[in-house]
This record gives sequence, structure tokens and C-alpha cells, in this order.
Amino acid sequence: MATVKFDGASRIYPGNDTPSVDKLDIDIADGEFLVLVGPSGCGKSTSLRMLAGLEEVNGGKIWIGDRDVTDLSPKDRDVAMVFQNYALYPHMTVADNMGFALKIAGVDKGEIRKRVEEAANILDLTQYLERKPKALSGGQRQRVAMGRAIVRSPQVFLMDEPLSNLDAKLRVQTRTQIASLQRRLGVTTVYVTHDQVEAMTMGDRIALLKDGILQQCATPREMYDNPANLFVAGFIGSPAMNLVTVPVTADGAKFGNHTVSLPRERAGDGGSSLIVGVRPEDVEVTTNNDGLELTVDVVEELGADAYVYGTPTDPNIKLEGGDDNLVKPFIARVDGRQVPEKGGKIYVYPKSQHMHVFDPSSGARLG
Amino acid sequence: MALELTAARPDPALLDLPWRLPLEEWPDDILAALPRGISRHVVRFVRLSGRVLAIKEIKDDIARREYEMLRNLGRLHMPAVEPFAVVSGRVGMDGRPLDACLVTRHLQFSLPYRALYSQSLRKGTATRLIDALAVLLVRLHLAGFWWGDVSLSNTLFRRDAGAFAAYLVDAETGELRNRLSDGQREHDLEIARVNIAGELMDLEAGGLLQEERDPVEVSERIMTRYRDLWTELTSEQLIDDSERWRVDDRIRRLNEKGFDVDELEITTDIDGTTIRIQPKVVDSGHHSRRLLRLTGLDVRENQARRLLNDLEVFSAATGRQGEDEEIIAHDWLASVYEPVTRGVPRHLVAKLEPAEVFHEVLEHRWYLAERARHDIPIQEAVTDYVATVLPGKPDERAVLGVDTEELPVVADGGA
Ligand SMILES: Nc1ncnc2c1ncn2[C@@H]1O[C@H](COP(=O)(O)OP(=O)(O)OP(=O)(O)O)[C@@H](O)[C@H]1O
Ligand SMILES: Nc1ncnc2c1ncn2[C@@H]1O[C@H](COP(=O)(O)OP(=O)(O)OP(=O)(O)O)[C@@H](O)[C@H]1O
Ligand SMILES: [Mg+2]
Ligand SMILES: [Mg+2]
Repeated sequence: MATVKFDGASRIYPGNDTPSVDKLDIDIADGEFLVLVGPSGCGKSTSLRMLAGLEEVNGGKIWIGDRDVTDLSPKDRDVAMVFQNYALYPHMTVADNMGFALKIAGVDKGEIRKRVEEAANILDLTQYLERKPKALSGGQRQRVAMGRAIVRSPQVFLMDEPLSNLDAKLRVQTRTQIASLQRRLGVTTVYVTHDQVEAMTMGDRIALLKDGILQQCATPREMYDNPANLFVAGFIGSPAMNLVTVPVTADGAKFGNHTVSLPRERAGDGGSSLIVGVRPEDVEVTTNNDGLELTVDVVEELGADAYVYGTPTDPNIKLEGGDDNLVKPFIARVDGRQVPEKGGKIYVYPKSQHMHVFDPSSGARLG
Repeated sequence: MALELTAARPDPALLDLPWRLPLEEWPDDILAALPRGISRHVVRFVRLSGRVLAIKEIKDDIARREYEMLRNLGRLHMPAVEPFAVVSGRVGMDGRPLDACLVTRHLQFSLPYRALYSQSLRKGTATRLIDALAVLLVRLHLAGFWWGDVSLSNTLFRRDAGAFAAYLVDAETGELRNRLSDGQREHDLEIARVNIAGELMDLEAGGLLQEERDPVEVSERIMTRYRDLWTELTSEQLIDDSERWRVDDRIRRLNEKGFDVDELEITTDIDGTTIRIQPKVVDSGHHSRRLLRLTGLDVRENQARRLLNDLEVFSAATGRQGEDEEIIAHDWLASVYEPVTRGVPRHLVAKLEPAEVFHEVLEHRWYLAERARHDIPIQEAVTDYVATVLPGKPDERAVLGVDTEELPVVADGGA
């Protein structure tokens, strides 16, 4: 049994005023694939290294199974950092490449052979065990390298951006491999990436960090459907969710002359505006002056669908997530057979059952 | 996208290299066939404007990071290869983008461990390599560098008066901190241990390991050597107030190991009976700095130790111990060192560096004297060495013709 628990765990680097990881609470189930994701500098690597014993914990605790490992040295934790910089040895067989580190650890020959064969079986490498790495394809070599970590049979696998060396196509291929392998092995895994697509496709659950603070920890579906706050809403999903500040009246939120009614719990504290989030696929598009008016800038044809990128005609309506130099476009997905003209006007409003509402001052999800 | 060159002192000739070709396809006529260690990336050497450069094809952000890291290590005076440039924005003939390249200067007279093993080796080479790596790792750790990928392949070795001096060649995974925790240092050490064992087992499997020693056992040496040196350099020591000479003793011990103590913390207990000392800042290169000051010769630590010993002998033999040591050093240089190193004919200068030749000639003289059972004048030793020993040695300024392996661990679609 290897659950992992971050229990209010904090890390302040010497010389910094603010914690790089701030009271992190995550419960990871046995066999779960948890992805730590977030923008550069949010504290992903630091969190992972706290779990590995490579970064001191200044507050809170870390548990692996029912052991408090907070003060244990890395090698007493039974975790394996996978895949960072393995080398393959040209004169050694695939079996030896996978098993040699066990020899150093004093594991006896019979046991090494057994573990290597088991790993080879899972990795589809059985028939190559006596060959040299040169005789393998690139993908098979990569699996041999994974085998090196698997034979150690640790309680937890830790991976920090293991695909950052690969080009886009190989990343996609390899991440599928890692995810399916992890499911077959059933070893609890914590995986760090800055790429939300990678996080969404690989993780059983995702923990999204910003400035060292956990924003939300949930399944990919839950993150997508019910983002806990503005930051999560903007980070998860590609293309990103449209986030617009709109006026509210007693009747609801105003998209141009279109009013979307709001249940009481989503109407906020009675202020005069709210931030409404709507994913591109949840946008209702009309041409009859019903909704927020957009000027169409670009149409991206994808076959069955098309994405329309537009700018609100009213210069006072701004989208969240843009910066001073770059006005963020409003994105809507439309039927590929009925795309609007570039330069033309369209009108948009959210499908009310797929609308997200956020408090403009705190950014928290309402209702 | 345009080709972009990042360099402190850019050499325009760099732009003439065939950047539109993947590094693997560069034509042989511009390449220098020097040996390399095991690597995942494609690495090639080229001759350019009279120097040899090492080029590694790697992703842009990683190339830049490694370039910066090598520069920082240079500023900290750590032994590492010298970064030269990053070339990015490369586009192939088919218009598709190519990975960036990190360009470093080829470290002259450096030997990757695999090249050493293809020569006939002196006994104990593996342990001497590991000893050199242990010193390098301690120095890097003292400077706050957390390597992350310690191995023989990621280290280059230069001869150092019969021993070796180690240089870092691959900083891709490294990080600089103010100081490293024990867990971080142990992590590096564990990685070193596993990699060294793997590298030696590989040589063994390839029939290249001439010694019959268990690679696992040999690899253990990195841990003991590292820990001993770390303790010697950093540990706190309690001294009785009546034994103050022990403070000097500690400093002298560190000097013998090649380190200068730039800062020593000394505290006395409240009752004043014990003194607590702990080195705070230590700097390697004790002997080489001293030799540099006396003679202007810039050589490695063990070579310097050897030369200084010979200088001592010279000063005793000429009965001048009381005199100003810089003047003696000057005379020694003119009458002993230079005649020896100048005794190497031009066509043999690429074999070994001058200080290493000097060291070998001293060894050779000792060997000749033992055989002849009487002293041998240095000139005679040089003549014999140059005639009988040196020609048989490989050119080590840039060792040629050793096979090297590259095992890219990336999927090629056949996954
Ligand atoms: N050794 C250190 N000393 C001081 N501050 C540090 C140190 N290492 C990291 N930090 C700071 O801690 C914060 C979190 O860093 P961390 O490396 O964990 O982020 P990350 O999410 O992994 O980022 P990236 O995606 O860039 O790897 C950053 O603000 C970083 O500047
Ligand atoms: N400046 C240099 N001078 C001499 N040799 C060099 C230099 N740069 C690289 N090499 C040789 O090339 C080899 C590979 O370089 P390097 O270790 O940087 O590649 P890598 O692909 O990052 O390796 P790894 O697989 O360990 O990540 C080294 O082992 C070394 O022998
Ligand atoms: Mg990181
Ligand atoms: Mg390397």
C-alpha cells in the first residue's frame, strides 16, 4: 500500500520572503497517477523534491503509506525518480541494462532475473532481453530505460518533465506509453509538467499550482467542467475559456442586449458586474443582433468545425487573460459549413447550462 | 526564422558551418574525429579558426540553460568545458525547424574514459579516474553545484603527473544553489555510484576492462573517497587550548591535499579550554597557485606538486636554501625545466603537455638510474625518453580514431 499525503507541507528557500510551496494538502490514492501542473515557477518541482527528500520541508508533513517520511533521507523513502538521465550501455544486453542497478543494491542473481523478466513482459521486451541496445528501435530503447526504474519496484514513481527533451510528436507518443504503463503497473505516480494538455491526457487527477498555492485538485473532467476559480478556468482547456467581465442587472448577466438569467447563488454579492466564463464550444453564435457584438478577425477551419476569433466591438469589454499589448480574442466554435465572413459582425452569448460565473474581486467560482 | 547566434565573443566563421543539415549529416571533411563518451544527443567536433569546437544538438531552451550554467561554473573557477555559443533558429533544407546547438571549446589533451580504456592501461586506472571524479564532485558541491548526472561519460580527464584531473563536460541537469543539503549531495553520490558501476560493467562486457576487479566494488570507491575528502575539508574539529599547533596542522593537511584555506572559523568555548575550528572557505589549487607565482607556469595540481618537489631538490642540491625562492625558481626554470621541455622535437609536441613530459622524464630518469645503479643527468634522461618512449605514445592533444557510441534514447516511430 502506498498512498502519498502532502499534509500542509511548505518550503521556503533561504533568502526568500514567501514560501515556494505554501501549505500544500494533497491526498494521493494507492496506484493513482497524479499530475502536478502549473506555470513556470509555481512550485511543481519543489513539491516533487519535497516528496523525494531532496528539498527540506519547513512546515507540515509528508506521508508515504502510514510512514511519516518528512525527515527521512531520500534513499529510505522507497521512491524512484524516473527517467531523468538514463544512459544505455552498448556492450551490455538489454537484460543487464535493466537489471544492473539491482546488482549494486545487493539483490541476488535469481531475484534480479525474475524482476527483469517481469518488467520485460510488461514492456513487451521479452524477446529482446539478450540483444544489445543497438539492435533496438528508439522506442524500444526508451522502454529499456523505463525498465531500469521498474525493476526497482519502488512504492512511488516520481517524474519531473520527463518528456522535455523530446519533440512534439514523440512527446505525444511517449506520454501515452507512460500513462498506459503506469496503469498496468499500478504504482502510485506523481508526475510534473507545465503542459496542461499533457496533464489532462495523463492524470487520474490533476493538482494545479500557482505561486506555491494549490488552486484545485480534481479529475481532468471536474477541472474542465467546474474550475474552482478564474485561474483554473483560464489554465485548463485549449483553446482557453473565454472570460468576460459583463454588467449584471436584476434579470441576469448582459451579453450585449442578450440577458442570461442567473440563479441567486450565482449572482454574487449584488455588485454591478461579474466575470462570466464560456468555453468556445459552449458559445451560442447569432447574426441577428442578439448577444455581445464581435468583429470577426480570423476563422480557423478544422473541417467539421471552425474556430472564430473575434474582438468585442465595444472597446470597454475586455477579456481576462490578455495583457496590455495583446488584446485577447473571443473564441467561438462553429459549424464548419456555416462560417462567418472575416471582418463581419457576429453576436455571442453563453449556453446558460454551460456558463461559469466568477467573483470579479476574488476570482472564486460562484455557485 | 533567422539563424540566431548567442555568444560572449561571437566568431563570424561559426556562421559558415552547415547549420541547415542535421548534425548527424555534417560532411566528414569539416569534422574532427575525436573520441566522445556515451551520450543521448548527437555530438560532433569541428575545426574552426584554428581551434576545435564540440557541438551538441539539443533543444533550444536546454541549450541556453546549459550555456548559462557552464558560464556560471567558469565564473566560479570550476573545472568544466568552456561554453562558446548557442546556435538556434535552425531550419533544415526541407524548411522544417532543427534543434539548436550548444557549442563548447574542445578541452585540449582531455581524454574521455572510453578512450583511455582503448589504450593499454596502467594498472589502477579505474581507481585513479574515480579519485579524480571524487575531487571534482567535492569541489562542485562546495561551490553549490548540484549536478544531477554524475558519470564517467560526463567527465573529461587530463593527465596530471601520473594521476588524473577531472573536468565537467555535461551540465544539462545541473543547478546552482547557495549550499547543498546532505540529501542533495547524497543524491548526486548515489547517481555517480550507479553510473560508474554501469560504465565499468559495460567496459567489462565489451572486454575492455583489463583489470579483474568487480565493477560494483570499484564503484564503491567514489563514495568513500568523496566522503573522506568532504569530511577533511568541512568538518568541525575540537582542540584543547594547549594544543594550538593543531590549527596549523589542519591547514597543512589540507594544503597537502591541494587545498588552501581561505577562511577558517575559530571559536573558543566559554571556559576557554577548547578551541573549535572549521574551514569555511577552501579553494583547490594550492600547489598550482604557488608554482604559478614562483615561475609563471600554469599547470595542474599534481604536476605543480611534482615540479615544486623538483625545485626543492634543485635548491638543496645547489646549496641555496636560504636565498630568495623566486630567484631560485627562475634559475630552476632556465636550467632544468625549460631544457627538458624544449628537448621535445616539434613533431612530437602533440603527444603530451610539457608539464606532463617533465613529469615523465623525471620518472624515466629514476627508472634509468635504478637500472644503471647510479645517478643519470637530466639531459641524458631527456634524450633517451624522447628517443625511446615518447614516439610510441598516442597524440593526446586530440586523440584520434577511437570508436565511440551514441545511443539516442528517443522513439523513432518504431515504438
Ligand atoms: N534554490 C532556490 N532558491 C531560491 N528560490 C528557489 C530555488 N529553487 C526554486 N526557487 C523558487 O521557488 C519557486 C518554485 O520553483 P520550482 O522550481 O519548484 O517551480 P516549477 O513549477 O518547477 O517551475 P518550472 O516549470 O520552471 O520548472 C520559484 O519562484 C523559484 O524561483
Ligand atoms: N567541449 C568538449 N570537449 C571534449 N569533449 C567533449 C566536449 N563536449 C562534449 N564532449 C564529448 O561528447 C560527449 C557527449 O557530450 P554530453 O555529455 O554533453 O552529451 P549528452 O547527450 O548531453 O549526454 P547525456 O546522455 O549524458 O545527457 C562527452 O562525453 C564528451 O566525451
Ligand atoms: Mg520544474
Ligand atoms: Mg552526457
